[in-house]
This record gives sequence, structure tokens and C-alpha cells, in this order.
Amino acid sequence: MTVSAALRGAEVSAAANAAAGSEVAFDKVSVAYRGSVVLKPLTMSVAAGEILAMIGPSGSGKTTALRAVAGFVRPAAGRILIGGTDVTNLPPYERGLAMVVQNYALFPHMRVSENVAFGLNARGAARDLIAQRVEDSLRIVGMSKFASRFPRELSGGQQQRVAIARALAVRPRVLLLDEPLSALDAQIRRSMVEEIARLHADLPDLTILYVTHDQSEALTLADRIAILKDGELSAIGAAGELYRRPPNRFAAEFLGRANLLPVVVERVAQQSGFVEARLGETRVVASGADHPAGAERLLCVRPQNLTLTCEAERSNRIEAVLREIHWQGELTHLVAEIGESILRVVATRLPNPPARGDKLEFFFSPSDANLIVEDGSV
Amino acid sequence: MSDAVALAPRAARLNLGGWWVAPPLAVLALLFLYPLILIGRAALIDDSGALNLAAAWGVLNSRAFLNALINTAEIALASTIGCVILGLTLGLILAFAPFPGAGLVAQVIDTFIALPTFLVTLAFTFLYGSAGILNGALTSGLGLDHPPVDFLYSAWGVILAEVTVYTPFVLRPLLAAFSLVDRSQIEVASLLGARPLRIVRQVILPAALPAIVAGGSLCLLLTVNEFGIVLFIGAKGVITLPLLIYSKAIQESDYQGACAIAIVNVALSLALFSLYRAAARRLGG
Repeated sequence: MTVSAALRGAEVSAAANAAAGSEVAFDKVSVAYRGSVVLKPLTMSVAAGEILAMIGPSGSGKTTALRAVAGFVRPAAGRILIGGTDVTNLPPYERGLAMVVQNYALFPHMRVSENVAFGLNARGAARDLIAQRVEDSLRIVGMSKFASRFPRELSGGQQQRVAIARALAVRPRVLLLDEPLSALDAQIRRSMVEEIARLHADLPDLTILYVTHDQSEALTLADRIAILKDGELSAIGAAGELYRRPPNRFAAEFLGRANLLPVVVERVAQQSGFVEARLGETRVVASGADHPAGAERLLCVRPQNLTLTCEAERSNRIEAVLREIHWQGELTHLVAEIGESILRVVATRLPNPPARGDKLEFFFSPSDANLIVEDGSV
Repeated sequence: MSDAVALAPRAARLNLGGWWVAPPLAVLALLFLYPLILIGRAALIDDSGALNLAAAWGVLNSRAFLNALINTAEIALASTIGCVILGLTLGLILAFAPFPGAGLVAQVIDTFIALPTFLVTLAFTFLYGSAGILNGALTSGLGLDHPPVDFLYSAWGVILAEVTVYTPFVLRPLLAAFSLVDRSQIEVASLLGARPLRIVRQVILPAALPAIVAGGSLCLLLTVNEFGIVLFIGAKGVITLPLLIYSKAIQESDYQGACAIAIVNVALSLALFSLYRAAARRLGG
């Protein structure tokens, strides 16, 4: 290898990217199309090596935020920083990123190996380095055997693996994943989620921004989740924490089924971090500290956290009338009525199934319930 | 095969028996095949009605025919290359770097397809002719005795006019092909580090290649047979095959010679048409 070739190779090496840093920061980034704001000022950051999932319904602004990082849309205001450097005005080809999209976007006239080599060629990498990277990247995604195939000769899942290999080959500072599994069927999607998780375990320094509308993908893969709604950040937090203690109705319902029962805050509970609230005539204890007495809130309890047996002395107890019961093999879904609200319960073991119309007692731990506001943004 | 495919409705067909084919075939033969047979016959038979291959061979072996063939090929090739370059440039701008009014521009360019070819030539005469606007401005502005711009009455004038008239024939299929290029391929390529020229070269053009070949071969076919522009410009020494056929038949009353040249012209056209169809099939499939 010549000196210049080696230098060119070094340009695209991981070392350069590592030195440049890979944390992503949105600094009051807003995007507008023809005067209509599609992303309201967004401020959040993604740490180096972190997977941040951006989820939300269609039109929530999640893809727009990702495209702003990529440089495909120019923010109307604000800055985007990657590795501490303002990249807002840089063209996409100078940002050092890579992207995987829903429809794979493989170049149909190029073989798999040529697809994977594309970015390295574009960045002027040396021939030896390209060959090595193509081999490594295809091996990582388990597609080495298919190097000489054309994309049309591959299944959807295989094409997406090649797309991931193509993105990884350039050793991007940040990997942008835009609904990468949406075009795959459910079974392949599940296995691909596991593969991406394994991939990140192998490449822990890689920062990933993952846009999806599928909360289960987000919960499986993400270190943190940002939930967007109507172009605004509705909630952000560690995946588990956000699931267990969503801050508002939208976050609670978007991350899975949730019972949201109207309560009135009574007072701070004896145990730190908990409050007492009144649900109809029943007093319940739930986590949440900053709720003033008399405030109307929603009690959020996930269906799987309600049981028909009292498992701890301090468990909350509520009464409800069973309206529906659906046995679904491993799980039994119960729908009960409590006042004017519906209570959904998922039971894994139900030796003596109750009957419709039965008045039942349901139990849940205070730590499995929290008080949330009806709506709000971060 | 999936059920969906198996159950897909077949194209409706009328089962009317074979003899229904005869009338349309007869009309086709009368309108298209018979004139061609007549031309072929006339090329081989002289005025006395006798088979005379020598006369036809004499015409095809003449300097005038060879010059016309070379002129035709040169002008058609140069015009086609010009059309492809201009069509590509315009197509790339209109499809991938649209500006306000780009749609209107595309439509205006499209309307050139509907215009008679000599109209553009007439406009060129007003613009670049010896008494045209450009020469008028230059002679009066610079105080010259003779009009300085005289390319119009040469092969270059013919090529410029043909490029102007036939570029839409390349642009139209190109815009259709460009509209099918997956925008996410371009975005992904860009993020992978490819600059615009590389994206055009390695992503867009391979996808549009069948359209370029189809548009280019159609252009070649039309420019090989172009008559109006060459006649209207009347460039000195620029005689193409269609013009030579015209001059043999109308001016010299040499119908056998005209038909012999016409046979070559038809063979050339059919070969180019086959190329066009093959490219169009690939584009469609």
C-alpha cells in the first residue's frame, strides 16, 4: 500500500470517527415546510455509544428529526451538533454518518459486495482497506456467502442485512436507522431486532438513532426512548423507566397498554417518593412525589401488574366488576369495570377463571403504579 | 404461485374465429406493406419494365450516395449525442434540482414534440440567419460589412435545429425513468459520502440507462429520416439520404435511383427501430 493510500484509508478509519466524537445534540432544532412547522424546537442529546429510539405516530416529527441529523432537511432554526461540532450547514456527504432505511435502498445494478464498498469508494478509501471492510461487514451481518449476488436475488431480510453492512462498512460516527424493519414480516422482524441488539453489543461505541413506530422494537433495543407527538417531544427517558413511569397519557399509551384511572391526590405518603390518592371511594398509594393535594391526576397501572391475589401486605386493592374474559393460550385478558373506567388485566396463571359479572378484587403494588398528568410535553 | 396470482383475472379476449384477422391484415398490407413492395420493385426495374440491377447498383455506388450516407450518419449521430447530453442535463435539473416553475419548463419543452420541425428552423432563420436578429445586431453594433454568424447554413445549423427539435424525445423517457429512481438510494449514497457527480454517475445513470438508450435510439431514428429541417435550412453541400431521394425523384425524375436509396434508408430505419424497441422493452420490463 502506498503512503497516500494508507493516509486515505486512515481518513475513513474508526480512529478518525472516534476522535471526532459521536454524541448527537439537537439544540432548539425546528423544521418547517412551506411555512408549516413539522418539528417544534427540539432540544435533546444522544450520548456516544447510546441507542436512542425516536417513536411516535405518523406526522409526529420523528423522521424529520432524523433527516435533519442526516442533512436532508435544513432546520428553520437551531443547531445540530455531532461530536460537539456544529454540522447544521454541512452537506450529508461530509457528516460522517450512515443510514439504513425501510426499503433497504440497495443499488440494484451493483452486487452485494459493490453495494457494501460504495461508501468506502466514495470516501476514497484504499483498495486493500475496502476489500477488508467489505469482508468484515458482510461477516458481521452473516452475508459473506452472498457477496456476488444482486439485491434482487435476496430476500427482504437479507437485503436489510446488506444495507446494514453497507452502513457499517464506512465506520460511521452515528448510524441512523429509519424504520429499518417495517418492511419485514413479523417473524423476521423479531430476529432482526435481536441481530441489531447483538450488533450493538459488538460495536458498543456506535451511536444509533433509531426511528420506529413500533414500541416493542424501541423497548427491546433502545437505551433511551424519545416519544414525539405533533412535532414535539412528549417524553424522553431510559426505556425501562419510561415504560414503568410514563410522564403523561400519550407516553403511557404509546409504550403499551395502560390503565389510566382518574384519581385525586390526597397527600404525600409516609414512604418517600409515593403519594396517596383517592380512586372513587378507594384510597391507593402510587409512586410520584410532585403532585399537590387536591390535584386531578391519572393513575397508571400496566395490565400485567394487576393480580387477583394479594401478593404483598402493602398492595393496593381495588374492586371491579368483570365484563369480559378472553383466554388466549399463555395469557388471559380480563376486562373489568371500575366506576366509569375500564380496567384491563393480563393474567399469566388463572387456575379458577372468574365469570362475567363477578365482583373481583384486583391488587397492585404501589411501585407498579404512578400518577401522571393528562397531557404534557418535555 | 400464490392464490392471488392464480386468481388474477386474465385479459379479456374475444373468441371470434381466425378469419376476423384478415380485414385488419389486409388494411395493414395495403397501407404499409404494398408501398414498400412497390418501392422495392421500382428499385430493381427500370423505366422499360426490365430487371436492371446495374442501375440501382450504380446509384448506390455513386459518390453522391456515399456522401449522403456519410452526411446522414454524421448529422444523425451528432444530433443524437447533442440531444442525449442536453436531455440528460435538463432531465437531471428538472428531476433532481427542481426550481420554481420547473414543471412548466418541462411542459414547454414537451410542446416542441407537437411542433412541425421546420417551424424551429424558421425561427432559427429569424434568429441566426444572415438577415436575422443576431447578425443584424452584430453588423450594426460592430459596424461590419458582412453578417459574422453563418453557422446556420452548414451541417452545424442542421444539427442545432435537430437537437432543439428532438431533445424532448430523449427528455420525456428520461424524466419518466428519473421519477422511478428511489430517492432514498440517493440520500443513502449521499450520506455514505458520495458527492452529487458520483451519485449521478453510479446511482442515477445506471437506473436511467434503458431510457437513455431508448430515447437516444428514437432520436437517431428520427434524425436519420429528417427531411424538413435539412431542406428548410438548405445548407450548401449538406445532402442527406432523404434529401437525395427527394432530389432524385422530384428534380431528376430518377425513380429507380430514388427507390434504391430509399431501400437503404428503410433498412437503416428498421435496424434503428429494432434497437429502439429492444431498449424500450427493457425499459418497460
